[in-house]
Parts: sequence; structure tokens; C-alpha cells
Amino acid sequence: MSHFLDRLTFFRRRADRFAGGHGVVTDEPREWEDGYRKRWQHDKIVRSTHGVNCTGSCSWKIYVKGGIVTWETQQTDYPRTRPDLPNHEPRGCARGASYSWYLYSANRVKHPMVRGRLLKLWREARALRAPVAAWASIVEDAEKRASYTQKRGLGGFVRAGWDEVNEIIAAANAYTAKTYGPDRVIGFSPIPAMSMVSYAAGARYLSLLGGVSMSFYDWYCDLPPASPMTWGEQTDVPESADWYNAGFLMLWGSNVPQTRTPDAHFYTEVRYKGTKSVVVSPDYAEATKFADLWLHPKQGTDAALAMAMGHVILREYYLDRTVPYFDDYARRYTDLPMLVRLVRQGDRYVPERLLRASDFADGLGEPNNPEWKTVALDGAGAPVVPRGSIGFRWGEAGKWNLEAKESGGTDVELALSQIGAAPAVSVAFPYFGGTAPHDFVATGHPDVLTRNVPARTLDLKDGSVLVATVFDLMCANYGLGRGLGDDDTATDYEEDKPFTPAWAERVCGVPRHQIVHVAREFASNAEKTKGRSMVILGAGLNHWYHMDMNYRGIINLLVFCGCIGQSGGGWSHYVGQEKLRPQTGWAPVAFALDWNRPPRQQNSTSFFYAHTDQWRYETLNVSDILSPTAPTGEWGGALIDYNVRAERMGWLPSAPQIKQNPLGIAARAKNAGLEPKDYVARALRDGELELSCHDPDDPANWPRNMFVWRSNLLGSSGKGHEYFLKHLLGTSNGVLGKDLGAEGREKPQEVAWHAHAPEGKLDLLVTLDFRMSTTCVYSDIVLPTATWYEKNDLNTSDMHPFIHPLSAAVDPAWEARSDWEIYKGIARAFSEVAPEVLGRETDVVLSPIQHDTPGELAQPFDVADWKSGAALPVPGRTMPNVAVVERDYPKLYERFTSLGPLLETAGNGGKGIGWNTRHEVDYLRDLNGVAANGQPRLDTDIDAIEAVLTLAPETNGEVAVKSWEALAKITGREHAHLALAKEDEKIRYRDVQAQPRKIISSPTWSGIESEKVCYSAGYTNVHELIPWRTLTGRQQLYQDHLWMRAFGEALVTWRPPVDTKALAPVQGRHGNGNPEIALNFITPHQKWGIHSTYSDNLLMLTLNRGGPVIWLSEEDARRASIADNDWVEAYNANGALVARAVVSQRVNPGMAMMYHAQEKIVNMPGSEITGRRGGIHNSVTRTVLKPTHMIGGYAQQSYGFNYYGTVGSNRDEFIIIRRMSRIDWLDGERAATKETVR
Amino acid sequence: MSDWLNNALYGWYPYVAFTVFLLGSLLRFDRSQYTWRSGSSQLLRRRQLRLGSNLFHVGILVVLGGHFVGLLTPIAVFDAIGIGHTFKQGLAMTVGGIAGVICWVGIALLAHRRLFDPRIRATSSFADTGILLLLWVQLTLGLATIPVSAQHMDGHEMVKFMTWAQGIATLQPGAAALIADANPVFKLHIALGLTIFLVFPFTRLVHVWSAPVWYLGRPGYQIVRSRRPVSRAAMAGDD
Repeated sequence: MSHFLDRLTFFRRRADRFAGGHGVVTDEPREWEDGYRKRWQHDKIVRSTHGVNCTGSCSWKIYVKGGIVTWETQQTDYPRTRPDLPNHEPRGCARGASYSWYLYSANRVKHPMVRGRLLKLWREARALRAPVAAWASIVEDAEKRASYTQKRGLGGFVRAGWDEVNEIIAAANAYTAKTYGPDRVIGFSPIPAMSMVSYAAGARYLSLLGGVSMSFYDWYCDLPPASPMTWGEQTDVPESADWYNAGFLMLWGSNVPQTRTPDAHFYTEVRYKGTKSVVVSPDYAEATKFADLWLHPKQGTDAALAMAMGHVILREYYLDRTVPYFDDYARRYTDLPMLVRLVRQGDRYVPERLLRASDFADGLGEPNNPEWKTVALDGAGAPVVPRGSIGFRWGEAGKWNLEAKESGGTDVELALSQIGAAPAVSVAFPYFGGTAPHDFVATGHPDVLTRNVPARTLDLKDGSVLVATVFDLMCANYGLGRGLGDDDTATDYEEDKPFTPAWAERVCGVPRHQIVHVAREFASNAEKTKGRSMVILGAGLNHWYHMDMNYRGIINLLVFCGCIGQSGGGWSHYVGQEKLRPQTGWAPVAFALDWNRPPRQQNSTSFFYAHTDQWRYETLNVSDILSPTAPTGEWGGALIDYNVRAERMGWLPSAPQIKQNPLGIAARAKNAGLEPKDYVARALRDGELELSCHDPDDPANWPRNMFVWRSNLLGSSGKGHEYFLKHLLGTSNGVLGKDLGAEGREKPQEVAWHAHAPEGKLDLLVTLDFRMSTTCVYSDIVLPTATWYEKNDLNTSDMHPFIHPLSAAVDPAWEARSDWEIYKGIARAFSEVAPEVLGRETDVVLSPIQHDTPGELAQPFDVADWKSGAALPVPGRTMPNVAVVERDYPKLYERFTSLGPLLETAGNGGKGIGWNTRHEVDYLRDLNGVAANGQPRLDTDIDAIEAVLTLAPETNGEVAVKSWEALAKITGREHAHLALAKEDEKIRYRDVQAQPRKIISSPTWSGIESEKVCYSAGYTNVHELIPWRTLTGRQQLYQDHLWMRAFGEALVTWRPPVDTKALAPVQGRHGNGNPEIALNFITPHQKWGIHSTYSDNLLMLTLNRGGPVIWLSEEDARRASIADNDWVEAYNANGALVARAVVSQRVNPGMAMMYHAQEKIVNMPGSEITGRRGGIHNSVTRTVLKPTHMIGGYAQQSYGFNYYGTVGSNRDEFIIIRRMSRIDWLDGERAATKETVR
Repeated sequence: MSDWLNNALYGWYPYVAFTVFLLGSLLRFDRSQYTWRSGSSQLLRRRQLRLGSNLFHVGILVVLGGHFVGLLTPIAVFDAIGIGHTFKQGLAMTVGGIAGVICWVGIALLAHRRLFDPRIRATSSFADTGILLLLWVQLTLGLATIPVSAQHMDGHEMVKFMTWAQGIATLQPGAAALIADANPVFKLHIALGLTIFLVFPFTRLVHVWSAPVWYLGRPGYQIVRSRRPVSRAAMAGDD
């Protein structure tokens, strides 16, 4: 009754004693203990997960108490695996366990926020004008516009209401669409798999508007272009459970316990099973402690190590003896038996393109696509056309498969080599390792290596031509002497010739005996287990400029040993959470394919390179990377020139697309009396229309409005951070170098040069986030979004086959809304605002030649640029596709909230397979209800989720069967058995909330879901004989496109890192008296956060140093007089950053490691050089494009969103690092003088 | 000072203050157990705390003990055991003065820390800062009485205060009149002291009630709390 009175127990106090009076039992009140009990009581548990692009996709219990999320713990109710396999759980890590901190933290965005100066201008203008006119009056007045754009990042937010911010955004979008074109409205949101409906919300709005969805996988440099090159597949990898099936497991540049924390248990378990593990990592990373053998090559030299291992494997398992399994695999599943034309170049031959049926006078009896059917020799030495090449995929049915048959149906065993059957000729191979920048080893070998290759002459329609098999070229390329009488090959591992183990030891520092030993164990295990050797690899390798060499070097090992497509073996590339399992169900919802096609999609790397004006500072010359054996041709120009050529030839997408407003082109065509398609082709040639890419700095071509959601573009992935600030945002920045104009260097040929670069291209930057990230800080409008415990969504990963829900455990706190509701609100506001200037409009959309469409057969042989007159501009063949799309702007909201009619009339599909989807749409009418327009409703996030799940084969068994049957028509083989058992299964949202559900096997992916094998990439290629979606239909190790040959990468080789020349412009100019040293700048993933998320979470900050850090070796720290925990500054021409030094034995001398994406909003002083706060890791990086990634219109090297394109590498960068003298926290009022610094 | 005011402050106010002090403490203990704490800021910053807190507590315990014994022990007791008034006053001034200075240094350190350490300041409530400043003023006033006392070492003023205090404690009418002509420093000191009792239940001072003095007499070093329910009914049945 009363705490006080209850204590007054003088007459009843018991005090039993024990232990000789040393112990006493008391009867004092114990209600206070309830306080501790209540701490762990809760009202409910809700299943959710974290949408943070970590690939974890772990199921979590979210505890709710009194309407507040209190804490989270790991779910442990995954379906059991089969008896010989460990279970999936526990899944989770310390980062996920700390997430609930964000919900009620000071860093939570609680209300819609607008830059104060902008809101003031808006309210003044809006008092007098209609919304679009009000917006026009602000952005058309240079002074008014600058008054807020120049203050980005400097605070000054005020709260506003949802109705008001929605109207501002809608007015800005409508103004931009009307004035410049809807393709000036840009949206950046990455990794749909981490919260696919939230992604879809924004992408659906943009796609209905005609805005542009930006790619991310390539921009993050998580896309390994080697994968589309080799397999025609963006990325497909084994689930982590499949590690347990490996017999020999290499970790190569992947730090599993740190970056795949919830999956690492499979790695531990397979070691208990007895699997040997070799870890390749330059630093003593966490994963290295799992290793039986730790190889530590110098950073960036992995390709050299892989080349030497390939040298050993080819020598011992192909040349010295024949391994039946490898031999059979190579003949059936690789392009090694295919024939390559050799052409004369001076006094030697160089390999040219793959031989095609069309090269023969009779086309080898192939009337359909003979120029896309590759040729090999049968056992008798006669040329045959094996099935499966891409020519069989389109225009005919039933022969696109990997059966060991030639086109006509006769069984055939292809010849791998012509050695002994044909004379040898001298063939030139480029060698790039003779010179190397910085402290990388230059071996001094000549830049062309001449090696002898057996080649025979065939009589073709253009005369007699020498041909060699890819295998014979491959052996020569690896430097294997085969007694053919050449000097540049080796017969002994000890010879210092590329690419022997002795040579590799010089380059990468790994002892030669270890290279030989690991190569032998790797191959021997694969031989004994039929391919159960696996390599787990990741960002450590892929973020180098020449990542393709690292990747193709490793892929070759796996292919040589028959590991791809076998459970327990293969290529396990884990970087971002790119596996969007129900992709084909999601795409129509996300890109509004139910209302209009095609959507506008843009590859971000090229976009940001152009529009943050990083191209104006380019220091890498094409001549620096061109092959010494490049075919004769015009190889001049700058890197951006190659991108422009790629855009105009229809290889890469463009955004903005055309300088003239695309909403006005249809009218122009009508005036000219032409179809829009024909008009665009003619007008581009005549100059009546101009592609925007020729002048990214012209105000007519600027991106004007930008949405960022589910992303921290500026605080995390924005390579060239300071260029973003300077040119795209137009605010205070730390760019230290000068552009090509100021440096007096050669300027690009295709792109207009403006003496003064624009600063501030964006009129409006809108960011949706739940936390005040760096990107939010720089935005004009910040919208508070629901956290991962406050919204309904879906989440999938490559690491396991389950679909996880994000669930609203509580309603969004404060004024936050889910992404779906936010974009729905903007769509509604837009529909209300649009009639001021827009009605039903006709939009002309350009799109590149797409992979997995018949268009990928566009440009079979040479590169022909219509601009140079070498070809006529023909949409979809020599230039981008031109499509006409009707937009009904006042009805945008109605379209947003209902599933449109195109799914019923045009069907659905993906990756080149299409099927009728009427039944599913009707099902959705019953499930979601019918909207006023008679279509299924997409009103809530759960409606959208059900649409995704219903349309996708992975979650609707009926669709899965349909899709396999659709594929069967093309391959001529039966596949439906893979899904028949699950035909009746429909996975719904409430199902995945109840327990994680495994997806159903679908032809979208190359692995299968089964109770017998783990998900493993390439499985259906090998076991169902479905071709890879490449030119040859096989795993393609020879890349024969002209540009691949020109840049010396037809075959894998060793290429040292490139010299970005970022040090010279700043060296000796910014000294503070402390010693300065130059180091290679490496940016791995961190332990205490996932990208930038959690790097501002106090719980996680408490577990580490509590702010930005950079790791140095003891030796380098000594040289620079840096002690552990000193504040240091790192800088180069791109900018400067500050961090505390972690001086550690972990790090190799010569490199500095900065965990990427440590937010600059926590514990971050100002830079001594720029006078600005901090800088992030990307303050010292800059994007550098690679021409080979721009190739298009060429089978697997055709564009696909996030599938192929330029990638944002950043590891070749060097920095100057030194101890700081003055730590300025910039806490006071900004002095007037500081305002003018830089 | 008017008689009315004098009587209100030194005749009635003590009863108001002590009623609020006792009743307020009781209510807070019963109704708001989770607020019953000393509210230490040691986790935020240790700087100045160990020295300041120890000096303050040592000083205040001596000073409080001195006041308690000195004011409430009937003067007859001192007379009987032969402690002269002058000596008693001298003792009070000396011991109280030394302890007061110690306490004053401690509280100055604590106050400085609370006001000027940004983390502590940000987490302090109005009451946290207020009571510290009140104590500091009170202590300063207390020390300021020493020179005044030194002007009349015969102890007659001291006896007046003792008589007043004992008069209040024993509900004697007219007690306030006894100190009507006392030096204003004393009167301010007394009024403020009563105010501190008044605000006591609303501040962290409540932890004084829970000073674990009974630990000194507690038997055994292993304490096991009984698992039995502790309601009266259950206990009655148990007996």
C-alpha cells in the first residue's frame, strides 16, 4: 500500500541467519525488482529486418512496448535445412541490434524540412502566383536561385507542412518538365532488394512523370563488368549455405566475418568439416584468422597472382595431362573451342574477332543470324556451328541450348586445340606490366609479347583466313611454352616471364612456391570433387580501375576447373545486396511498365562524371590505357568522348537525353511529316536536335530536380564528393586542383568546353531519410521517412533464398511517412498542380540497345559511328531506340495508385522471356480491390507488395511454371519440372511475416531452389543446358569486341593500377610543417557500420573510436611522425579529409585504409587546407571511366540497367597524409573572412 | 523588522517548512520511487567530483551535526557537565568554521562543475542547480556569522538561538520573539535554512533519508532476500 509503511516492520522483521551468522535472510520489500522485470516486458513482437544494403537480410524480432519500439533481437525460426547442412540462423550483427536507437534519436528527421531561404522565397512568390509560376519566378531569377543554392550544407532548415512541401516539389517537377523536359527530373535510389516497395514508390512516380531512375550497382563499383562479359549475367552467386559444400575455399579480397557477419558461421562450419581455406588479403583483415594459409599480395596486384595460378593450372591440368572432367567441361560450357580469326599487324598476327557462320560463303547453312553464330572445329577438324550461340536465341526456336550438338542436331565433340594439327604462327599479345606508377613493380618486359600459336587457314568468303582456338590463344596468353619455338613463353615456373609464378612473385610479393601450391590444391580438389572449389571475392578486388583483370583472372581459374554451375564451387562475388529475387514481378510496379514503356533509366557513373564536371579535371589519357596492339583506327579523344560516342551509338543511355524538350519532339515530327523515330534520326544527323551529352554544361542540359531516397549519395557513394558540391550543388567545396582549361591541357573533342564551369546545376534537391545524413544536410527539402520498423516492405538477398518482410511494428514517429505514402502524396500534388502547364503530352524517349532483347544483335562486327558518316543513324541499330510515350499528367496520381492495362495487353517477363499475365492481374483485382478506373488498386504499400508477389515467378508457382514453359520454347528442352511441384504455391505478404519463405525456382536466375542442392549460380546452365546469355552462349573468356581488343583486354592479363596524377598539382603547396608522405588510398567496408548507416549511431560509435579514422602501417606512421589517435589530414587534387590515425600492424606499408562512408556530421573538425568541415573518404577520390565498359549493342555487351556500363572505381587513388597542427572544430560563428576561403 | 513578519518567519514558517519537509518526503518516497536518488553526474564527468563531493559531504555532515547538537541540546545539559557558554560558542565557531570552509570549498567545486561543464549543465534540472546554489549561499551566510559572533563571545546570542530552536521544537508560543533583535545575518541564515527544508522534498536532497547508515550495524555480509510475498496478509499468516 505504501512503500514507507511497508518498511515499518520492526516487530515482524525476520532475520534468519546462516553460514555462522555471516549470511542473513531478510523480508524487506521487493517491489522495486519489478522495475527490472518491466524493462524486458513488451506488448508485442513484430518481424522486420534492416534495409541497409548489407546483404544480411536477417529476420529480426522487433519489440514494442507502449507504442514505442524498445529493442530488437534475432529471429530464430527459419525453416530447417536438410540433414547434412547447418541451419541458416543465427543471422544478425551488432549493427542491426543497435538500429532501434535511430527511431527516437536526436538524429531522426521528424518533420518535413525546407531550406529557410527557399521557403521564404516560395511563400512570397506563392502569395501572388499559381504554384508553377511561383517556382518559375524563383529559379528564373539568378539572384534568388543562388541565395539558397549557395547555402547548401550550411544549415538553415525550417519546418514546413506536408501539403506545402508536396506543392513545392510538384511545382518544381512540373516547371522542369514543361520548360526543359521531364528527363531533367532525376531520382537516385539504390539497391531495391533492401526495401523494394520503397524503391518502387519513387521510381514509379518518376517513370510516370518521364523522369530518370539512376543506376547504382555500377556506380557503387559493386558491378563486376567481368560477369556480364563472361556470363551475360549481371551477377549471380551461390547462397552462403553453399560455402558449406565447398571442398576448397578461397577468400580473395572479401572480409567475410566483418562484411557478411550473419553468414560467416557457414565459413566456420565448413572448416570444421575439413575444408581448407586460403585467404588472400593484403592486410591482416579479420577473415585472415580463418585461413589455413594467408597470402598477402601487394594491394592491387591480385590479377598477377591469378595469372600465375592460371599458368600453373593450364600447365599441369591441361597440357601435361588431360583431366577428363576439366576437358569435357571446357568443350561443352566454355568458348575455349571457339575459333578466333588472326589478322596481320605488321610482321605478326593479332587475334581478331570470333569466327562466325556468316564468314563462310555458304553461311554454314545458317540463314537466321549467321553473323551471330560462332564456329568451332569438330573432332575431324571440320568447322561446325555449335548450338547455343546468341544467333539461335532470336529469330528461331528450339536450338538455343548447350546440348553437345551442332546446329543440325548431330552430336559433336568440339576440338579444344589444333596443336599438332596445324602449324604455329607468331601472335602478338599486349603486356602492360613493363611500367607501373608509384611503388608498384615495373617488370621491364616489352609491351608486346610474341608467342606462337597453332593456327590453320580456312577459306572464307573474304579469302583465306588464319584461325586459332580460344584455348590455344589462352595458353599462349598465359605464357605457356608448348614447344612451338618462341622466346616469350616459359616452360619452367622459375623463369621470369609473364605470367609464371616467379614473375608473379616479383609483382605481387607472394612467394612462388605458395602460388604453385595453392593453384595445385585448388585444381586437384576440383578434379576430385567435380568442381567444388570456390572463391569468395568482393570489393577489395572490384574497386580497382582494372577490376576486370582481377575478376577475369579468378573467373578463368574457376572455369578451367569446371567449378561454375556446381554446388560448392564457383564464383561467390558478394558486394551489394543486388539480388532482387522477385525482380520480374517488381519491375512493372517500380518502373510503371503497367502504364508506359520504356522507362528512362540512366547509368549513374557516366551521369555523375558529366554532371559533376569531373570530366573537366580528367588526367587519365586514352593513350595511357590503349593496347600497343590496338587495331588501327581513331583512338584519340578523352574518356568522356568515348562515353559520348557510346551514347550516340545506342550503347549507353543518356540523361538528360536531348537538348530540346522531349515533350515537343512529337509535334516537330508531325510538322515534318515524319514518324517520331525517323524524325529523331534525321534531326540528330542534321543538327536540328542535339544530344545533351555533347554539352553537359549548357543550362538547357542540366539536371534540374533531383530526388535521393534510401541513399546517402553525398555522404557515402559520391565519388568525387567535392566536385558534387562544387558543380552539381554549387556550394562551398574543397576542390584543390584546376580543370583542364586552367592547366592548359588537351580538351575533349566531342564535348563543348565552357571557360567557366557551371556551379549549381540543380534547382532542387529533395532527400527522403529517417536520419539527418550528409545528403540531407546538403538538400533543399528533407522529407522524414519511416524507419525499417515503421513501414511494410520486402527484402531479399543473394546470401539466402528467403523473402523477408519489413513490417510496421509501430506507426511512423512524428510526421514521418513511408516512402510509398510520400511519393503518393507528391503524385497527388503533382496531378493537382500540373494542369497549370501540362496536360496529356507526348514524350519521345530514347533508350539504349538492351541486353536480353532481339536488339542485342545490333552491331555484329565493326564499330560504326553515324556521326562520322560511317553509318546511317538507324534507331535501335546504330543509335538509341526511339519510343513515343503518352503521358497523362493530370492523371498521374490515378495511374500511380492503380495497376495499369499494359500488363494484360503486353504481358510481363524478364531476361528475354515473356509470358501472358492476365490471370495474375485478375487475381489482383480480387485481392486488392478495383480502382475507379477498373484496374487493380495499388493504394497502400501492402497492395504494392501483393502485386509484386503475385506477378513474380519466384513467389507465384503458377507464374514460375509459365515462365519455364516460355523458356522451353526457346531452348527446345523441358524445364517446367523445376517448378511443377510448387505450381499451387502463392507466397503472400502475411506468409513472409509469419515465417521466412523460400522462393520458387525461376528462369530469371541461374540457380535453383531445391531440397537437394543449395542455390548456386550457373546451375541451370550446366545442369539444364540453358545457354549463358553471351555471344557464344557459353562462358566467354575471349572478348572479341573491337574496343576490348583495342584496350588490350580480349584476354585476361595483368594491368598495374593507373596513375590518376592527383598528387603533383598539390605537392608542396599546402605544407603545415609536419612531414608528408604519399600512400595508396584504400576504402574497405567498415566493422562498426554498414556504409554510412550506423556511423552516426552513438551505440556503434561507442564501440570504436567514435569518429572518422584512417588506418596506417607502423612504418609509414613513423616516417610521418604520426602517433596513434593523432588527427591527420589526407589530401590530393580532389580535396582534403581529416580523421584520426589508427596506427596498426594490420596494414601493409604503402597503403592507407579508410573505412568508407564515415559520416562527416559526427566528431569532425575542419580541414586545415580547405577550411571546411572534414571531408569524407570521397573527398579525395574522383571517378575515372573505362571505355571497355561503354560497349553496347553487342550480345552480352549490351546495356542493361545496373547490368553493364561504366563503374565508379576509386582504389588507384593516392593521397598525401600528414599530422595536423591545428584542430578547428568550426564551432563558432563563421568569420566573414572564412567565407571567402577558396 | 515588523513583529508580524518576525513572527511569521520565525514562529510559523518553521512549522510550514518542516511539515512540507516531512510530508513531502513521505509522499515522494511513496509515489515516485524512481525519482528517489542522488542523481550523481559521475558517469558524465569525474572531473572535480571526487574532491568536491568528498569535501562537501565531510563538511556538511560536521556542520549539520554541530547545528543539531548545538541547537537542540538544552543549555542546562552543558551547564551541568561544565561546558561554559563562551567555550561552547568558541568550539562551535572553530569546528563549525573549519568544517564550513571545507564544505564551502567542496560546494564551490561542485557548483563550478555543474555550471560550467557543458554536459553536466545540459543534463541538470532547475532543481539540481538551484539547490546547489541555495546551499552555497546558505553556507556563505553561515560563515559570515562567525565574525558577528566574535563580537559577543559571552554566548548570550547563542543561547537565544538555542532557546528559540528548542522552543519551536517543543511548540512553545512566543519563540519567535526571542530572536527578534538578532543580527540580520543570523536571521537570513535561519530563514534560508528553513527554506532549504521546505524545498528538500523537491530536490535530490531526498537521498539524505536513504544514507545507508544502517549498513554499519547490519549483520552478515551475504544478504538473501526472502522469496516469500511481502504483503501484510501473507506475513501475518506466516507468523
